[in-house]
Amino acid sequence: MFNTCIRKFYYGDIPEDNAGGTQSNKPAAKNEWPLWEIFIRSKQGLDHKHVGSLHAADAAMAIENARDVYTRRQEGISIWVVESRYITASNPEEAGELYEPAVDKIYRHPTFYQLPDEVNHM
Amino acid sequence: MNALIDYILHLADTTLILSQRNSEWCGHGPILEQDIAITNISLDLLGQSRNFYQYAAQLLNNSTEGNKAPSPGGEGVGAEVTEDSLAYLRKEREYKNLLLVEQPNGDWGQTILRQYLFSQYQYLLFEQLQHYSDEQLAAIAAKSLKETRYHVRWSSEWVLRLGDGTGESHDRMLKAIDELWRYTGEMFMPASYENSLNIDPAALKKAWEEKVNTLFTEASLPVPEKVFMQSGGKTGTHTEQLGFILTELQYMQRAYPNCEW
Repeated sequence: MFNTCIRKFYYGDIPEDNAGGTQSNKPAAKNEWPLWEIFIRSKQGLDHKHVGSLHAADAAMAIENARDVYTRRQEGISIWVVESRYITASNPEEAGELYEPAVDKIYRHPTFYQLPDEVNHM
Repeated sequence: MNALIDYILHLADTTLILSQRNSEWCGHGPILEQDIAITNISLDLLGQSRNFYQYAAQLLNNSTEGNKAPSPGGEGVGAEVTEDSLAYLRKEREYKNLLLVEQPNGDWGQTILRQYLFSQYQYLLFEQLQHYSDEQLAAIAAKSLKETRYHVRWSSEWVLRLGDGTGESHDRMLKAIDELWRYTGEMFMPASYENSLNIDPAALKKAWEEKVNTLFTEASLPVPEKVFMQSGGKTGTHTEQLGFILTELQYMQRAYPNCEW
């Protein structure tokens, strides 16, 4: 009845046609639920961390699925979900121009300041 | 004391059999995430049944006539009763589960509806039982209540989605209602052991009907009226389904008595 074809995506691997930016209006296959990215906060005071993705028909179901898939071993106290297509990711092929220029600019690190002894944990 | 043991076995058997039924979906769920969800619920129910069986075993071992009360597998008088002997070595007629939970999974809609009808009842029941005079029973009910609240939430969501979904899902829900409704009346008919314990399931009926009515209306599903209600599960008279379940559930212990992993 839910003759669903499950496409398996690996961690951090949002496929092109599901990624944001180039907002594709191609309707998902009728029998296929959209993909959701799941963020879990493991305890009070920490931030939500991306833990993976799953399929669900809508946001409410995504929360319930995330509860069953990602918090069954007490991993979390709060869940965020966002549909994968709303995430815009940088292109790995542009890594050179995006990130490498920072490599030789060590003066941007705050390591050249003399800190008073009283200041810890910097 | 015997009434209490019977009642605890009724609760234990009901949760065990529903757990066994739901576990049949393991690896066969309509989608990976729902496969995990239904087997999670199955494990919750198994956990509840273990708590009940352990308590029943403890009472049986302590009571003077315990050793000959429910046959712990024909191992003869004197054999210690355990949660395992209660689950694996009692016969069909000794099982006291509700008829509703032994019904086949059918399609996903039927499984969902069975879960909802039961969980909604179980939630109302455990809400009362957590204040019951028997401390151990009250504690198990209180511990199970949160799980049950989630089962109600999860299965309600699905009843809504399918009832108010496509033409086909709606039709399948109608069929499921037709299939299962006749087993809902039994939940509210007290067995003699419930009467002796002053536990009145009939008192839950109105609240249950209100909840079900509200959800069914929202899901655009009809609430059946004037349906003849089947009963007997609470006292060991089952539908033909239970024998098949026990055959599978008990096979290993029957074929290889006392085998261990």
